[in-house]
Amino acid sequence: MSTLNTASHLEKVLKAGHIGLTSECGPPRGSDAEEVKKKGALIRDYVDAINVTDNQTAMTRMSSLAACVHLKLMGIEPVLQMVTRDRNRVALQSDILGAASFDIPNMLCLSGDHQSFGDCAQGQNVHDLDSMQLVQTARYMRDEGKFLGGDKIKRPPKIFVGAAANPFADPFEIRVPRLAKKIACGAEFIQTQCIYNLDKFKEWIRRAADRGLTEKTFIMAGMTPMKSVGMAKYMKNRVPGMDVPDDIIARLSGVAKDKQAQEGIDICVEHIQELKEVNGVSGFHIMAIEWEEKVPEIVERVGLYPRPKV
Amino acid sequence: MIIAEKKPIEEIIDEVKDFDRILILGCNECVTVCEAGGKKEVEILASALRMYFINKGSEKKVDEKTLERQCDHEYLEELRSTIDDYDAIVSLACGVGVQFAAEKYLTTPLIPGVNTVCLGANEARGLWTERCQACGSCVLARTGGICPVSRCAKRVLNGPCGGSTNGKCEISKEVDCAWQLIIDRLKALDKMGDYEKVAPIKDWSTDRAGGPRTVTREDVKI
Repeated sequence: MSTLNTASHLEKVLKAGHIGLTSECGPPRGSDAEEVKKKGALIRDYVDAINVTDNQTAMTRMSSLAACVHLKLMGIEPVLQMVTRDRNRVALQSDILGAASFDIPNMLCLSGDHQSFGDCAQGQNVHDLDSMQLVQTARYMRDEGKFLGGDKIKRPPKIFVGAAANPFADPFEIRVPRLAKKIACGAEFIQTQCIYNLDKFKEWIRRAADRGLTEKTFIMAGMTPMKSVGMAKYMKNRVPGMDVPDDIIARLSGVAKDKQAQEGIDICVEHIQELKEVNGVSGFHIMAIEWEEKVPEIVERVGLYPRPKV
Repeated sequence: MIIAEKKPIEEIIDEVKDFDRILILGCNECVTVCEAGGKKEVEILASALRMYFINKGSEKKVDEKTLERQCDHEYLEELRSTIDDYDAIVSLACGVGVQFAAEKYLTTPLIPGVNTVCLGANEARGLWTERCQACGSCVLARTGGICPVSRCAKRVLNGPCGGSTNGKCEISKEVDCAWQLIIDRLKALDKMGDYEKVAPIKDWSTDRAGGPRTVTREDVKI
Protein backbone atom coordinates (compact mmCIF):
# COMPACT_ATOMS: atom_id res chain seq x y z
CA MET A 1 0.00 0.00 0.00
CA SER A 2 3.00 2.30 -0.05
CA THR A 3 3.13 3.71 -3.58
CA LEU A 4 1.15 6.90 -3.96
CA ASN A 5 -1.50 6.81 -6.64
CA THR A 6 -2.73 10.37 -6.30
CA ALA A 7 -1.80 13.75 -4.89
CA SER A 8 -4.16 13.17 -1.95
CA HIS A 9 -2.80 14.35 1.37
CA LEU A 10 -5.03 11.81 3.10
CA GLU A 11 -3.43 9.04 1.07
CA LYS A 12 0.03 10.32 2.03
CA VAL A 13 -0.79 10.46 5.74
CA LEU A 14 -2.24 6.95 5.75
CA LYS A 15 0.53 5.45 3.66
CA ALA A 16 3.17 7.08 5.87
CA GLY A 17 1.70 5.01 8.70
CA HIS A 18 0.11 7.86 10.63
CA ILE A 19 -3.37 7.63 12.10
CA GLY A 20 -5.48 9.42 9.50
CA LEU A 21 -8.18 11.85 10.52
CA THR A 22 -11.14 13.06 8.55
CA SER A 23 -14.24 14.92 9.52
CA GLU A 24 -17.25 15.99 7.62
CA CYS A 25 -19.19 18.99 6.64
CA GLY A 26 -22.79 18.89 5.46
CA PRO A 27 -23.58 21.48 2.79
CA PRO A 28 -26.32 23.97 3.65
CA ARG A 29 -29.93 23.90 2.53
CA GLY A 30 -29.34 27.05 0.58
CA SER A 31 -26.77 28.70 -1.63
CA ASP A 32 -24.73 30.56 0.97
CA ALA A 33 -21.15 29.33 0.57
CA GLU A 34 -20.16 31.04 3.82
CA GLU A 35 -21.77 28.21 5.79
CA VAL A 36 -19.49 25.65 4.16
CA LYS A 37 -16.44 27.87 4.51
CA LYS A 38 -17.15 28.53 8.17
CA LYS A 39 -17.39 24.81 8.96
CA GLY A 40 -14.26 24.14 6.94
CA ALA A 41 -12.33 26.87 8.74
CA LEU A 42 -13.30 25.47 12.15
CA ILE A 43 -11.77 22.06 11.52
CA ARG A 44 -9.18 22.48 8.77
CA ASP A 45 -6.14 22.28 11.02
CA TYR A 46 -7.40 19.29 12.99
CA VAL A 47 -8.00 16.77 10.24
CA ASP A 48 -6.26 15.60 7.07
CA ALA A 49 -9.28 15.93 4.82
CA ILE A 50 -12.93 16.91 5.11
CA ASN A 51 -15.77 14.82 3.70
CA VAL A 52 -18.59 16.72 2.08
CA THR A 53 -21.85 14.82 2.24
CA ASP A 54 -24.04 14.30 -0.81
CA ASN A 55 -27.66 15.19 -0.01
CA GLN A 56 -27.49 13.14 3.17
CA THR A 57 -30.72 11.55 4.40
CA ALA A 58 -32.02 12.44 0.94
CA MET A 59 -32.65 16.06 1.94
CA THR A 60 -31.95 18.40 -0.94
CA ARG A 61 -28.89 20.53 -0.24
CA MET A 62 -26.15 22.43 -2.01
CA SER A 63 -24.30 19.94 -4.20
CA SER A 64 -21.41 18.08 -2.66
CA LEU A 65 -19.17 18.93 -5.60
CA ALA A 66 -19.84 22.68 -5.33
CA ALA A 67 -19.21 22.63 -1.58
CA CYS A 68 -15.99 20.65 -2.17
CA VAL A 69 -14.84 23.34 -4.60
CA HIS A 70 -15.40 26.03 -1.95
CA LEU A 71 -13.24 24.08 0.49
CA LYS A 72 -10.60 23.34 -2.11
CA LEU A 73 -10.32 27.04 -3.00
CA MET A 74 -9.61 27.70 0.69
CA GLY A 75 -6.74 25.22 0.52
CA ILE A 76 -8.64 22.52 2.41
CA GLU A 77 -8.57 18.98 1.08
CA PRO A 78 -12.07 17.61 0.48
CA VAL A 79 -13.40 14.07 0.22
CA LEU A 80 -16.18 14.20 -2.34
CA GLN A 81 -19.04 11.97 -1.24
CA MET A 82 -21.06 10.58 -4.13
CA VAL A 83 -24.24 8.57 -3.85
CA THR A 84 -25.63 6.41 -6.61
CA ARG A 85 -29.22 7.36 -5.75
CA ASP A 86 -29.46 10.54 -7.79
CA ARG A 87 -27.21 10.19 -10.83
CA ASN A 88 -26.67 7.67 -13.58
CA ARG A 89 -23.29 6.60 -14.93
CA VAL A 90 -23.13 9.55 -17.29
CA ALA A 91 -23.57 12.08 -14.47
CA LEU A 92 -21.34 10.20 -12.03
CA GLN A 93 -18.44 10.01 -14.46
CA SER A 94 -19.01 13.61 -15.43
CA ASP A 95 -18.91 14.76 -11.78
CA ILE A 96 -15.75 12.72 -11.15
CA LEU A 97 -14.11 14.62 -13.99
CA GLY A 98 -15.52 17.89 -12.66
CA ALA A 99 -14.01 17.14 -9.26
CA ALA A 100 -10.70 16.17 -10.84
CA SER A 101 -10.66 19.44 -12.78
CA PHE A 102 -10.42 21.20 -9.39
CA ASP A 103 -7.86 18.61 -8.25
CA ILE A 104 -10.21 17.28 -5.60
CA PRO A 105 -8.18 14.19 -4.74
CA ASN A 106 -10.55 11.96 -2.72
CA MET A 107 -13.97 10.49 -3.14
CA LEU A 108 -16.24 8.23 -1.11
CA CYS A 109 -18.70 5.98 -2.94
CA LEU A 110 -22.07 5.35 -1.34
CA SER A 111 -25.52 4.16 -2.31
CA GLY A 112 -27.24 6.89 -0.27
CA ASP A 113 -30.24 6.84 2.04
CA HIS A 114 -33.51 6.01 0.33
CA GLN A 115 -35.31 9.10 -0.97
CA SER A 116 -38.32 8.31 1.23
CA PHE A 117 -36.34 9.73 4.18
CA GLY A 118 -35.94 13.11 2.56
CA ASP A 119 -37.88 16.01 1.16
CA CYS A 120 -38.49 14.42 -2.25
CA ALA A 121 -40.14 11.18 -1.21
CA GLN A 122 -42.11 11.15 -4.46
CA GLY A 123 -38.97 11.33 -6.58
CA GLN A 124 -37.38 8.60 -8.64
CA ASN A 125 -34.16 7.00 -7.56
CA VAL A 126 -31.55 6.07 -10.11
CA HIS A 127 -29.20 3.35 -8.84
CA ASP A 128 -27.84 2.75 -12.31
CA LEU A 129 -24.64 1.64 -10.56
CA ASP A 130 -24.38 0.47 -6.97
CA SER A 131 -21.74 1.75 -4.56
CA MET A 132 -19.28 -1.05 -5.37
CA GLN A 133 -19.67 -0.49 -9.07
CA LEU A 134 -19.05 3.23 -8.48
CA VAL A 135 -15.77 2.31 -6.77
CA GLN A 136 -14.91 0.16 -9.80
CA THR A 137 -15.84 3.00 -12.14
CA ALA A 138 -13.67 5.57 -10.37
CA ARG A 139 -10.72 3.18 -10.26
CA TYR A 140 -11.17 2.28 -13.92
CA MET A 141 -11.26 5.93 -14.91
CA ARG A 142 -8.12 6.59 -12.89
CA ASP A 143 -6.09 3.45 -13.51
CA GLU A 144 -7.07 2.65 -17.08
CA GLY A 145 -7.63 6.26 -18.07
CA LYS A 146 -10.86 5.30 -19.75
CA PHE A 147 -14.57 5.98 -19.55
CA LEU A 148 -16.89 3.04 -18.87
CA GLY A 149 -17.77 3.25 -22.55
CA GLY A 150 -14.14 2.49 -23.42
CA ASP A 151 -13.00 5.87 -24.78
CA LYS A 152 -9.78 7.39 -23.53
CA ILE A 153 -9.97 10.18 -20.96
CA LYS A 154 -7.73 13.18 -21.50
CA ARG A 155 -6.11 13.85 -18.11
CA PRO A 156 -7.73 10.97 -16.15
CA PRO A 157 -8.99 11.76 -12.62
CA LYS A 158 -6.31 11.12 -9.98
CA ILE A 159 -8.66 10.34 -7.14
CA PHE A 160 -8.07 8.31 -3.97
CA VAL A 161 -11.15 6.11 -3.81
CA GLY A 162 -12.97 5.13 -0.67
CA ALA A 163 -16.11 3.32 0.35
CA ALA A 164 -18.22 3.03 3.45
CA ALA A 165 -18.70 -0.01 5.63
CA ASN A 166 -21.29 -0.62 8.26
CA PRO A 167 -20.07 -3.28 10.68
CA PHE A 168 -23.44 -3.17 12.43
CA ALA A 169 -25.97 -3.71 9.67
CA ASP A 170 -27.48 -7.13 9.25
CA PRO A 171 -26.70 -9.88 8.53
CA PHE A 172 -23.47 -9.66 10.54
CA GLU A 173 -21.79 -12.70 8.97
CA ILE A 174 -21.56 -11.04 5.56
CA ARG A 175 -20.17 -7.75 6.87
CA VAL A 176 -16.58 -8.90 6.41
CA PRO A 177 -17.19 -10.65 3.05
CA ARG A 178 -18.89 -7.43 1.97
CA LEU A 179 -15.79 -5.46 2.97
CA ALA A 180 -13.72 -7.95 0.96
CA LYS A 181 -15.92 -7.26 -2.06
CA LYS A 182 -15.46 -3.50 -1.72
CA ILE A 183 -11.71 -3.96 -1.51
CA ALA A 184 -11.79 -6.26 -4.54
CA CYS A 185 -13.64 -3.48 -6.38
CA GLY A 186 -10.81 -1.10 -5.53
CA ALA A 187 -11.69 0.70 -2.29
CA GLU A 188 -8.42 2.13 -0.99
CA PHE A 189 -9.86 3.48 2.23
CA ILE A 190 -12.97 2.69 4.22
CA GLN A 191 -14.93 5.00 6.49
CA THR A 192 -17.25 3.13 8.80
CA GLN A 193 -20.68 3.83 10.16
CA CYS A 194 -20.70 5.56 13.57
CA ILE A 195 -19.36 3.16 16.17
CA TYR A 196 -20.93 2.92 19.61
CA ASN A 197 -20.82 -0.85 20.06
CA LEU A 198 -17.07 -1.28 20.44
CA ASP A 199 -17.17 -5.02 21.05
CA LYS A 200 -19.02 -5.69 17.84
CA PHE A 201 -16.71 -3.37 15.91
CA LYS A 202 -13.64 -5.10 17.32
CA GLU A 203 -15.05 -8.48 16.33
CA TRP A 204 -15.67 -7.18 12.81
CA ILE A 205 -12.18 -5.74 12.37
CA ARG A 206 -10.61 -8.85 13.92
CA ARG A 207 -12.34 -10.99 11.33
CA ALA A 208 -11.26 -8.53 8.62
CA ALA A 209 -7.66 -8.67 9.86
CA ASP A 210 -7.78 -12.49 9.93
CA ARG A 211 -8.55 -12.39 6.23
CA GLY A 212 -5.73 -9.91 5.61
CA LEU A 213 -8.18 -7.20 4.61
CA THR A 214 -6.74 -4.58 6.94
CA GLU A 215 -3.49 -4.86 5.00
CA LYS A 216 -5.27 -4.08 1.75
CA THR A 217 -7.22 -0.98 2.71
CA PHE A 218 -7.16 1.74 5.35
CA ILE A 219 -10.04 1.42 7.77
CA MET A 220 -11.09 4.69 9.36
CA ALA A 221 -13.42 4.20 12.31
CA GLY A 222 -16.51 6.42 12.23
CA MET A 223 -17.13 8.42 15.39
CA THR A 224 -20.07 10.71 16.16
CA PRO A 225 -20.32 12.37 19.57
CA MET A 226 -23.80 12.30 21.08
CA LYS A 227 -25.22 15.72 21.91
CA SER A 228 -27.91 14.42 24.22
CA VAL A 229 -29.72 11.30 25.37
CA GLY A 230 -32.48 12.24 22.93
CA MET A 231 -30.05 12.02 20.04
CA ALA A 232 -28.78 8.66 21.30
CA LYS A 233 -32.31 7.28 21.46
CA TYR A 234 -33.10 8.64 18.02
CA MET A 235 -29.97 7.06 16.56
CA LYS A 236 -30.77 3.76 18.25
CA ASN A 237 -34.39 3.57 17.18
CA ARG A 238 -34.74 5.57 14.02
CA VAL A 239 -31.50 5.50 12.06
CA PRO A 240 -31.21 2.39 9.90
CA GLY A 241 -28.22 0.17 10.56
CA MET A 242 -27.15 1.98 13.75
CA ASP A 243 -26.16 0.04 16.87
CA VAL A 244 -26.33 2.11 20.07
CA PRO A 245 -25.93 -0.13 23.13
CA ASP A 246 -28.13 0.55 26.16
CA ASP A 247 -25.15 1.41 28.36
CA ILE A 248 -24.45 4.50 26.20
CA ILE A 249 -28.02 5.65 26.71
CA ALA A 250 -27.84 4.85 30.42
CA ARG A 251 -24.60 6.82 30.78
CA LEU A 252 -26.05 9.89 29.06
CA SER A 253 -29.29 9.61 31.05
CA GLY A 254 -27.23 9.48 34.22
CA VAL A 255 -26.03 13.08 33.94
CA ALA A 256 -27.95 16.35 34.08
CA LYS A 257 -29.36 17.58 30.80
CA ASP A 258 -26.88 20.45 30.53
CA LYS A 259 -23.97 18.04 31.04
CA GLN A 260 -25.06 15.48 28.45
CA ALA A 261 -23.24 17.12 25.54
CA GLN A 262 -19.96 17.07 27.49
CA GLU A 263 -20.63 13.46 28.46
CA GLY A 264 -21.14 12.68 24.76
CA ILE A 265 -17.78 14.24 23.90
CA ASP A 266 -16.14 12.31 26.74
CA ILE A 267 -17.57 9.03 25.46
CA CYS A 268 -16.33 9.81 21.97
CA VAL A 269 -12.84 10.64 23.25
CA GLU A 270 -12.71 7.44 25.31
CA HIS A 271 -13.83 5.37 22.33
CA ILE A 272 -11.18 6.86 20.05
CA GLN A 273 -8.50 6.24 22.67
CA GLU A 274 -9.58 2.63 22.99
CA LEU A 275 -9.85 2.04 19.24
CA LYS A 276 -6.48 3.69 18.51
CA GLU A 277 -4.91 0.58 20.01
CA VAL A 278 -6.94 -1.87 17.94
CA ASN A 279 -5.11 -3.73 15.20
CA GLY A 280 -6.37 -2.72 11.77
CA VAL A 281 -7.70 0.72 12.70
CA SER A 282 -5.84 3.15 10.42
CA GLY A 283 -7.66 6.30 11.33
CA PHE A 284 -10.83 8.00 12.44
CA HIS A 285 -13.65 9.71 10.65
CA ILE A 286 -15.21 12.16 13.09
CA MET A 287 -18.73 13.06 12.07
CA ALA A 288 -19.76 15.78 14.49
CA ILE A 289 -23.11 16.49 12.92
CA GLU A 290 -23.80 20.25 13.01
CA TRP A 291 -21.28 20.33 15.85
CA GLU A 292 -18.08 20.91 13.93
CA GLU A 293 -16.74 23.26 16.60
CA LYS A 294 -16.20 20.27 18.88
CA VAL A 295 -13.82 18.49 16.50
CA PRO A 296 -10.72 20.41 17.70
CA GLU A 297 -11.40 19.48 21.33
CA ILE A 298 -11.85 15.80 20.46
CA VAL A 299 -8.70 15.68 18.32
CA GLU A 300 -6.60 17.45 20.96
CA ARG A 301 -7.85 15.28 23.79
CA VAL A 302 -7.07 12.03 21.97
CA GLY A 303 -3.52 13.23 21.29
CA LEU A 304 -3.82 13.44 17.53
CA TYR A 305 -3.03 17.14 17.29
CA PRO A 306 -1.06 18.58 15.61
CA ARG A 307 -1.63 16.70 12.39
CA PRO A 308 1.42 15.15 10.73
CA LYS A 309 3.15 17.08 7.96
CA VAL A 310 3.89 14.69 5.12
CA MET B 1 -48.88 -12.32 -13.16
CA ILE B 2 -49.65 -8.64 -13.60
CA ILE B 3 -50.96 -7.17 -10.35
CA ALA B 4 -53.45 -4.32 -10.44
CA GLU B 5 -55.65 -2.56 -7.93
CA LYS B 6 -58.96 -0.82 -8.34
CA LYS B 7 -58.90 2.91 -8.88
CA PRO B 8 -60.93 4.95 -6.40
CA ILE B 9 -64.55 5.17 -7.60
CA GLU B 10 -64.42 9.00 -7.41
CA GLU B 11 -61.63 9.06 -9.97
CA ILE B 12 -63.59 6.84 -12.35
CA ILE B 13 -66.79 8.90 -11.90
CA ASP B 14 -64.84 12.06 -12.68
CA GLU B 15 -63.68 10.53 -15.96
CA VAL B 16 -67.05 9.09 -17.08
CA LYS B 17 -69.59 11.61 -15.77
CA ASP B 18 -70.05 13.32 -19.14
CA PHE B 19 -70.71 10.10 -21.08
CA ASP B 20 -74.18 8.60 -21.45
CA ARG B 21 -73.41 5.11 -22.73
CA ILE B 22 -70.61 3.37 -20.86
CA LEU B 23 -69.21 -0.15 -21.15
CA ILE B 24 -67.34 -1.62 -18.19
CA LEU B 25 -64.91 -4.07 -19.71
CA GLY B 26 -63.26 -6.75 -17.60
CA CYS B 27 -60.46 -9.17 -18.40
CA ASN B 28 -60.44 -12.82 -17.49
CA GLU B 29 -56.69 -13.09 -16.95
CA CYS B 30 -54.33 -11.60 -14.35
CA VAL B 31 -56.73 -8.93 -13.09
CA THR B 32 -59.33 -11.61 -12.42
CA VAL B 33 -56.84 -13.60 -10.36
CA CYS B 34 -55.80 -10.54 -8.37
CA GLU B 35 -59.45 -9.54 -7.97
CA ALA B 36 -59.14 -6.10 -9.49
CA GLY B 37 -60.75 -6.37 -12.92
CA GLY B 38 -62.58 -9.64 -13.52
CA LYS B 39 -66.27 -10.34 -14.03
CA LYS B 40 -67.02 -9.83 -10.33
CA GLU B 41 -65.31 -6.44 -10.18
CA VAL B 42 -67.04 -5.40 -13.42
CA GLU B 43 -70.42 -6.10 -11.79
CA ILE B 44 -69.49 -4.20 -8.65
CA LEU B 45 -68.22 -1.14 -10.52
CA ALA B 46 -71.19 -1.11 -12.91
CA SER B 47 -73.62 -1.28 -9.99
CA ALA B 48 -71.82 1.49 -8.15
CA LEU B 49 -71.89 3.75 -11.21
CA ARG B 50 -75.57 3.04 -11.87
CA MET B 51 -76.39 3.92 -8.27
CA TYR B 52 -74.35 7.08 -8.46
CA PHE B 53 -76.07 8.25 -11.64
CA ILE B 54 -79.57 7.34 -10.34
CA ASN B 55 -78.88 9.36 -7.19
CA LYS B 56 -77.80 12.24 -9.39
CA GLY B 57 -81.05 11.88 -11.35
CA SER B 58 -79.28 11.19 -14.64
CA GLU B 59 -80.14 8.36 -16.95
CA LYS B 60 -77.12 6.53 -18.23
CA LYS B 61 -76.52 3.21 -19.86
CA VAL B 62 -73.88 1.17 -18.03
CA ASP B 63 -73.23 -2.23 -19.60
CA GLU B 64 -70.92 -5.04 -18.54
CA LYS B 65 -68.68 -7.35 -20.49
CA THR B 66 -65.62 -9.43 -19.61
CA LEU B 67 -63.28 -10.66 -22.32
CA GLU B 68 -61.08 -13.71 -22.14
CA ARG B 69 -58.10 -11.37 -22.64
CA GLN B 70 -57.70 -7.72 -23.53
CA CYS B 71 -54.12 -8.14 -24.72
CA ASP B 72 -55.13 -10.24 -27.70
CA HIS B 73 -56.59 -9.12 -31.06
CA GLU B 74 -58.83 -12.14 -31.26
CA TYR B 75 -60.77 -11.41 -28.09
CA LEU B 76 -60.86 -7.63 -28.53
CA GLU B 77 -62.51 -8.22 -31.92
CA GLU B 78 -65.59 -9.44 -30.01
CA LEU B 79 -66.38 -5.77 -29.32
CA ARG B 80 -66.31 -4.71 -32.96
CA SER B 81 -70.04 -5.17 -33.65
CA THR B 82 -71.20 -3.22 -30.58
CA ILE B 83 -68.41 -0.67 -30.07
CA ASP B 84 -70.51 2.16 -31.53
CA ASP B 85 -73.18 1.57 -28.91
CA TYR B 86 -70.87 3.20 -26.35
CA ASP B 87 -69.50 6.69 -25.75
CA ALA B 88 -66.71 5.36 -23.56
CA ILE B 89 -65.20 2.15 -22.22
CA VAL B 90 -63.90 1.74 -18.71
CA SER B 91 -61.37 -1.06 -18.99
CA LEU B 92 -60.48 -3.00 -15.88
CA ALA B 93 -57.59 -4.70 -17.64
CA CYS B 94 -53.96 -3.85 -16.90
CA GLY B 95 -52.32 -1.00 -18.79
CA VAL B 96 -51.56 -3.41 -21.62
CA GLY B 97 -55.21 -4.28 -22.15
CA VAL B 98 -56.38 -0.65 -21.96
CA GLN B 99 -53.86 0.39 -24.60
CA PHE B 100 -54.51 -2.55 -26.88
CA ALA B 101 -58.23 -1.74 -26.84
CA ALA B 102 -57.49 1.95 -27.44
CA GLU B 103 -55.29 1.13 -30.42
CA LYS B 104 -58.02 -1.06 -31.90
CA TYR B 105 -60.96 1.31 -31.42
CA LEU B 106 -59.51 4.67 -32.34
CA THR B 107 -62.61 6.81 -31.83
CA THR B 108 -63.81 5.36 -28.53
CA PRO B 109 -62.42 6.90 -25.33
CA LEU B 110 -60.75 4.24 -23.14
CA ILE B 111 -60.59 4.94 -19.41
CA PRO B 112 -58.51 2.80 -17.08
CA GLY B 113 -60.44 1.46 -14.11
CA VAL B 114 -57.43 0.00 -12.33
CA ASN B 115 -53.89 1.02 -11.54
CA THR B 116 -51.39 -1.52 -12.82
CA VAL B 117 -48.98 -2.09 -9.95
CA CYS B 118 -46.38 -4.72 -10.69
CA LEU B 119 -45.46 -8.23 -11.75
CA GLY B 120 -46.09 -10.23 -8.64
CA ALA B 121 -47.47 -13.20 -6.84
CA ASN B 122 -50.37 -13.89 -4.53
CA GLU B 123 -48.43 -14.28 -1.32
CA ALA B 124 -51.42 -14.79 0.95
CA ARG B 125 -55.16 -14.20 0.80
CA GLY B 126 -55.57 -10.51 0.00
CA LEU B 127 -51.81 -9.90 -0.37
CA TRP B 128 -50.02 -9.52 -3.69
CA THR B 129 -46.32 -8.69 -3.77
CA GLU B 130 -43.82 -7.74 -6.43
CA ARG B 131 -41.35 -10.27 -7.77
CA CYS B 132 -40.14 -8.96 -11.14
CA GLN B 133 -39.55 -5.65 -12.91
CA ALA B 134 -39.04 -7.15 -16.35
CA CYS B 135 -35.51 -5.72 -16.61
CA GLY B 136 -35.01 -7.88 -19.67
CA SER B 137 -31.84 -9.59 -18.46
CA CYS B 138 -32.49 -12.00 -15.61
CA VAL B 139 -29.91 -12.21 -12.82
CA LEU B 140 -31.74 -14.78 -10.66
CA ALA B 141 -29.21 -17.54 -11.36
CA ARG B 142 -26.61 -15.45 -9.53
CA THR B 143 -28.76 -14.25 -6.65
CA GLY B 144 -30.16 -17.45 -5.22
CA GLY B 145 -33.41 -17.06 -7.11
CA ILE B 146 -34.34 -13.81 -5.31
CA CYS B 147 -34.48 -10.66 -7.42
CA PRO B 148 -32.51 -7.62 -6.19
CA VAL B 149 -33.82 -5.48 -9.05
CA SER B 150 -37.46 -5.72 -8.05
CA ARG B 151 -37.18 -6.43 -4.33
CA CYS B 152 -34.41 -4.10 -3.18
CA ALA B 153 -35.58 -0.49 -2.84
CA LYS B 154 -32.21 0.60 -4.27
CA ARG B 155 -31.92 -2.31 -6.71
CA VAL B 156 -28.43 -2.87 -5.29
CA LEU B 157 -26.73 -5.66 -7.23
CA ASN B 158 -24.00 -6.07 -4.63
CA GLY B 159 -25.96 -5.81 -1.41
CA PRO B 160 -27.14 -5.48 1.20
CA CYS B 161 -26.74 -1.75 1.76
CA GLY B 162 -26.02 -0.42 5.22
CA GLY B 163 -29.72 0.01 5.96
CA SER B 164 -30.57 -3.68 6.38
CA THR B 165 -31.79 -4.26 9.93
CA ASN B 166 -33.15 -7.52 11.38
CA GLY B 167 -33.87 -8.76 7.89
CA LYS B 168 -35.90 -5.68 7.00
CA CYS B 169 -35.36 -2.84 4.56
CA GLU B 170 -34.54 0.70 5.68
CA ILE B 171 -37.69 2.02 4.02
CA SER B 172 -40.07 0.03 6.22
CA LYS B 173 -40.15 -2.64 8.89
CA GLU B 174 -42.84 -4.31 6.74
CA VAL B 175 -40.49 -4.81 3.79
CA ASP B 176 -38.07 -7.72 3.67
CA CYS B 177 -34.47 -6.90 2.82
CA ALA B 178 -33.99 -8.64 -0.52
CA TRP B 179 -30.33 -9.22 0.23
CA GLN B 180 -31.13 -10.89 3.54
CA LEU B 181 -33.38 -13.24 1.55
CA ILE B 182 -30.64 -13.78 -1.03
CA ILE B 183 -28.11 -14.61 1.67
CA ASP B 184 -30.53 -16.95 3.45
CA ARG B 185 -31.13 -18.76 0.19
CA LEU B 186 -27.43 -18.90 -0.77
CA LYS B 187 -26.80 -20.45 2.64
CA ALA B 188 -29.57 -22.99 2.14
CA LEU B 189 -28.03 -23.86 -1.22
CA ASP B 190 -24.57 -24.05 0.38
CA LYS B 191 -23.40 -21.43 -2.12
CA MET B 192 -22.25 -18.61 0.15
CA GLY B 193 -18.98 -18.63 -1.80
CA ASP B 194 -20.95 -17.00 -4.60
CA TYR B 195 -21.71 -14.00 -2.39
CA GLU B 196 -18.24 -12.59 -2.92
CA LYS B 197 -18.51 -12.64 -6.70
CA VAL B 198 -18.93 -9.00 -7.69
CA ALA B 199 -21.99 -8.44 -9.84
CA PRO B 200 -20.85 -6.53 -12.93
CA ILE B 201 -22.26 -3.17 -13.94
CA LYS B 202 -25.64 -4.00 -15.40
CA ASP B 203 -26.68 -3.40 -18.98
CA TRP B 204 -29.95 -1.52 -18.43
CA SER B 205 -30.59 -1.13 -22.14
CA THR B 206 -32.89 -4.16 -21.89
CA ASP B 207 -34.79 -2.36 -19.11
CA ARG B 208 -37.09 0.60 -19.73
CA ALA B 209 -33.95 2.70 -20.21
CA GLY B 210 -33.58 1.27 -23.72
CA GLY B 211 -37.00 2.45 -24.83
CA PRO B 212 -40.10 0.33 -25.50
CA ARG B 213 -39.14 -3.31 -25.71
CA THR B 214 -40.16 -5.88 -28.26
CA VAL B 215 -39.66 -9.59 -28.70
CA THR B 216 -39.53 -10.80 -32.28
CA ARG B 217 -39.68 -14.51 -33.01
CA GLU B 218 -39.19 -15.37 -36.64
CA ASP B 219 -39.88 -19.05 -35.90
CA VAL B 220 -43.43 -18.41 -34.73
CA LYS B 221 -44.35 -15.68 -37.22
CA ILE B 222 -47.03 -16.52 -39.76
